[in-house]
Amino acid sequence: MAEVKQTRIEISDGALIPDRNEKSVFSAWRISFFGAIALLVILPIVKPDPFWDILKFIPDGILRTFQVTVSSIVIALFIGLVAGLGRISRITIVNRIATVYVEVIRGIPLLVQLFYIYYALGQFFTLPPMVAAIIAMSVCYGAYMGEIFRAGIQSIPKGQMEAALALGMTRAQALRKVILPQTFRVILPPIGNEFIALLKDSSLVSILAVSDLLRRGREFASVSFQYFETYTVVAIVYLVFTLFFSKLVAAMEKRLERGG
Amino acid sequence: MAESANKRVRIIDVSKYFGDVQAVRNANVEVAEGEVVLIIGPSGSGKSTLLRCVNRLETLSAGDIWIDDIHASHSKSDIRRIREEVGMVFQSFNLFSHLTALGNITLAPRTVKKLSREQAEADARRLLKRVGLSDKEASYPGQLSGGQQQRVAIARALAMNPKVMLFDEPTSALDPEMIKEVLDVMLDLAREGMTMLVVSHEMGFAKAAADKVIFMDQGEVLEIGTPAEIFENPREERTKRFLEHIL
Ligand SMILES: Nc1ncnc2c1ncn2[C@@H]1O[C@H](COP(=O)(O)OP(=O)(O)OP(=O)(O)O)[C@@H](O)[C@H]1O
Ligand SMILES: [Mg+2]
Repeated sequence: MAEVKQTRIEISDGALIPDRNEKSVFSAWRISFFGAIALLVILPIVKPDPFWDILKFIPDGILRTFQVTVSSIVIALFIGLVAGLGRISRITIVNRIATVYVEVIRGIPLLVQLFYIYYALGQFFTLPPMVAAIIAMSVCYGAYMGEIFRAGIQSIPKGQMEAALALGMTRAQALRKVILPQTFRVILPPIGNEFIALLKDSSLVSILAVSDLLRRGREFASVSFQYFETYTVVAIVYLVFTLFFSKLVAAMEKRLERGG
Repeated sequence: MAESANKRVRIIDVSKYFGDVQAVRNANVEVAEGEVVLIIGPSGSGKSTLLRCVNRLETLSAGDIWIDDIHASHSKSDIRRIREEVGMVFQSFNLFSHLTALGNITLAPRTVKKLSREQAEADARRLLKRVGLSDKEASYPGQLSGGQQQRVAIARALAMNPKVMLFDEPTSALDPEMIKEVLDVMLDLAREGMTMLVVSHEMGFAKAAADKVIFMDQGEVLEIGTPAEIFENPREERTKRFLEHIL
């Protein structure tokens, strides 16, 4: 009997995926996550100077980091959808444009792209640092998202498109009502991983004078000279967030596997 | 069945190439209104390809196909009109896996025919009842057996009110105990006067419902006749050999 094929696509790298089989109370994830939380609670109590001061100083930065991350991921999703559709387009010129975009962007380090948009293009027009940061991040991640969309769409069995066409739907209708809804389910975990990777990479925008988490840390450290303490807290805060979101992605994956 | 009946489907000199492979050679087939035509032949003989040419899932390399008075040229709107008139049932069901049985059946009437949700759902429930699955409207394909999925797929095709139904080996992916429930639905359809083109090697269905049998080999329509002519008295040596193989 013909099984309905389970569609799975490769997970991109760049994120810590908790091991699903680790049921132990002392799983690696738990040790890291609750250890990090414990440090954030204990350190300011044991040594309020400087830890309590640091913790009071960085929330603005956390907010900025999330502003950059969330705005970039939303725009990158949109770019990725367009790029992914372009990559599978049968119209040669559209296909080429999308492919060149993906190849070029993936071939240039994000840090260089940030410099390029802010400083190189800055010779012709000046963008506010925050805007330049979000543009660079979303253009870059849009290319990776494009590949996720492409792989996701191609993982949907071709009988789905054929059945929709055979019913008289246009390709666009079939894409919108049949292919993309199934694609979104398949690509949710990889997109979650891109979100985590973007969250971490967003620390790069601190070089554009965006006061994100890392930048706030630097500001604090350069005044107080307490580099070790400050960057320890910064690192732990990043870790708490990435661990939290990777758990979320894993839970999402599990639910999709169960076919919910 | 009667010679005077209107021709629903006319396949005229149709050829289909995939690169160098000629999957269909100069096929000529006419199907009258209400006729059930069975297509048999060895694997790779072009049965699926011929069927898929009828609703233009494959483009024709040469020839013409008419559905009543609609001739699909290459214009997209003609092709869509043909697809609205021609329903198709696939070997692997191809139900939309993100939609319930009801959602599968109502999607095309709502998006293509712009029916209201209420209207489309009323029609869908009537069709589900007809295929014996009234209690499964909220089930997703993954929760249905193969036979149930194929019956939903038939209902989904019927929801567009087609004039012609194409079946490409509708039971060959099914466990034996589920074949009958699907064939029964197809037999009902045939009795109600649906024009059908069926690729299948189910002899029971052939004897009970087929008006005509077509034998294809190597892309060629080698022989067309009544079931009695083809099964009991084939003219061609290749037909004989094939039948010995499957009977
Ligand atoms: N999309 C395709 N691209 C290339 N060749 C194809 C394609 N589809 C079919 N063919 C070839 O065309 C020929 C006819 O195939 P078709 O699927 O129509 O045969 P069939 O009679 O339906 O066989 P089966 O009983 O195995 O389903 C075969 O040689 C096949 O390899
Ligand atoms: Mg076939």
